[in-house]
Amino acid sequence: MNKAATEPAGLRLVYFAWVRERIGLTDETVTPPAGTTTIAELVRWLKTRGEGYELAFENEAIVRAAIDQTHAKPATSIAGAREIAFFPPMTGG
Amino acid sequence: MTPLVRIQREDFDIGSEIAALTRGNPNIGAVVSFAGLCRDESGRLAALELEHYPGMAETEIARVAAEAAARWPLSGLVAIHRFGLIKPGEQIVLVIATSSHRREAFEAADFLMDYLKTRAPFWKREHLADGTLGGWVEAKTDDDDSARRWETNR
Repeated sequence: MNKAATEPAGLRLVYFAWVRERIGLTDETVTPPAGTTTIAELVRWLKTRGEGYELAFENEAIVRAAIDQTHAKPATSIAGAREIAFFPPMTGG
Repeated sequence: MTPLVRIQREDFDIGSEIAALTRGNPNIGAVVSFAGLCRDESGRLAALELEHYPGMAETEIARVAAEAAARWPLSGLVAIHRFGLIKPGEQIVLVIATSSHRREAFEAADFLMDYLKTRAPFWKREHLADGTLGGWVEAKTDDDDSARRWETNR
């Protein structure tokens, strides 16, 4: 089977609250460089994409992530992910 | 028992929700409800704006509700969370737990609220009384501490 045919065209990223405001986008589809295997590595790459990203992730320990709508940690693998979300600590309730 | 989870813009009626949960079940001896309201912070706020992650908000609250249902012998569990612009005095969130005896219902409702605050993807932004847009509400560390109680109290 052709491996490329089974891989998604890109990775959908969604942003919420002040992460969304700092980046200036609600969502986007990206193709991270090969070798980007974890949330932390994805963040490291995103921070190279402009001031907004740098500002959003200036304190990486604060920003939370979810992979396909499930909470994830910096070391969580992004292999097979369709949608990754970044957002501040939650303040609902 | 499958917990009922609703994420909605519209307001809810506590009495109707309790009636729907208890109707036709004469074995319920305890109903515990918690409603969270929007405060005006002593006149400082005109409203709170609740942003949420559609899809994940439902699944995450359902996950926590299922944990509560597995941990306590409940006959019913409801969690409703609103989004959008909510004014002081208006309702934001509702949790109802029913069981044969009060302890289970109290604890399940408390547990569900604690985890809902730290795990459900909602973010509050302040709209100030002078008409300007305020900042995003910061997460409180005591909410994390509150949720952590349930890890040691098993």
